[in-house]
Amino acid sequence: MNLSSDGRARVSVYVSFLIALLLAVMPVPLWAEDFRPDWVGMVLIYWCMAAPERVNVGSGWVLGLILDVLYGSILGLHALGKSLVAFLTIKLHLKLRMFPRWQQAVAVCVLLLLNQLLVLWIRGMIGKAPGSFSYWTPSVVGMVVWPWLFVILRDVRRRFNVA
Amino acid sequence: MINVLGWTIRAPSALSRLILTLGISTALMVADHKGNHVERVRSTLTIALYPLQALASVPAALGIGVMEFFTGKRELREDNARLRTEEGLMLARLQQFETLEEENRRLRQMLGSATRVAERALAAELIEVSTEPYSRRILIAKGERDGAYITQPVIDAHGIMGQVTQTFDTQSRVTLITDPGHAVPVLVNRNGLRALVFGTGSPDTVKVPYLTATADIKEGDLLVSSGMGGTFPAGYPVASVIRISNDPNEAFLEITARPVAQLNHSKQVLLIWPGAKSVEPKAPESKGPERKGAERKTK
Repeated sequence: MNLSSDGRARVSVYVSFLIALLLAVMPVPLWAEDFRPDWVGMVLIYWCMAAPERVNVGSGWVLGLILDVLYGSILGLHALGKSLVAFLTIKLHLKLRMFPRWQQAVAVCVLLLLNQLLVLWIRGMIGKAPGSFSYWTPSVVGMVVWPWLFVILRDVRRRFNVA
Repeated sequence: MINVLGWTIRAPSALSRLILTLGISTALMVADHKGNHVERVRSTLTIALYPLQALASVPAALGIGVMEFFTGKRELREDNARLRTEEGLMLARLQQFETLEEENRRLRQMLGSATRVAERALAAELIEVSTEPYSRRILIAKGERDGAYITQPVIDAHGIMGQVTQTFDTQSRVTLITDPGHAVPVLVNRNGLRALVFGTGSPDTVKVPYLTATADIKEGDLLVSSGMGGTFPAGYPVASVIRISNDPNEAFLEITARPVAQLNHSKQVLLIWPGAKSVEPKAPESKGPERKGAERKTK
């Protein structure tokens, strides 16, 4: 491929989002459903933190809208949540980069929980709130997965010079 | 700094972008919730994103393919034998049903009752199960082209599964009775006690709220659709009560039931047109705006 280095960087970001979306909608056995982390949210947090010039609130909104369509949820629900996550990450990106890995994982967990809380509020407003605690497990699983995801995406970023 | 048509302007700050996206999202949600103003947008996007959907289901399909490949000859033979005996049993029972149905029809005629026995039905393949946590929805391979309409009841061989809540050209989305936004009016089959069955979001339980401690309901009771509300035809099994807990601090009983339909196993579902006679398989008359008044909105 004779893409410019900027083009290759852009493609690598797009491909990582595409894979996250696939992981988010891939059918899995019912028992595993509760343990599926928010892949799209985590990849979004990574790129907002590492390359805020490239990935920002607008990207979060578009990704969220795609999720809304794929999930069949009310249009704008996940779009709202994901743009909030992107905004907070961009506001905190310098701090997040300095954190040790475990502390970063906790911060990511908090961001994902905030996203879920927002989604829960809106669901509650339209009368479709889930009623059990396992609603929150994806964020906790996300915290556990984060360090590994971070390493993978950092390698991608170095390989394709995404800045 | 960004360049727009030769003018150099400052890139908008993250906050102004957030405010913009918050505004658009809220507008979209209001438009989507208060009526179907954005259905066109949604169906266009759904079609555009179909490749992604298809790609995501490849691993699962491969897994099933591999499993089927390894299903041995012996198992197939066993299956075959089992199915044969079952078929015999079913046929025997069916004979009985036919006489019973005939008898039932005659009795109803005598009573002058307008309850319909025959209904038009159409089998539809399940394409995909919604992966969004806590919403229980499925996508089936029959759409507007086949006459599917919003609020149409969907059943399987065992009982009521849910109702159509979105229709596309050749597909429709069905909200299952376990979805937290779904409710079915039912009767306790034993004594005719009226109740409502609500989804909880968990895949194999539903709840029956608003029954007081004096209500005559027991574990094992079958709940059948009552036909009230006009969406579901009367008399189809919905759920069976599995647990009743009576907390003296609460005003109502806490009743948990298990859906009778095999919501998590069915691969084929049946779309039914209540009221349409099976002898004249024409386009359903029940389609169209006159049903709007009776519809139970699930969004």
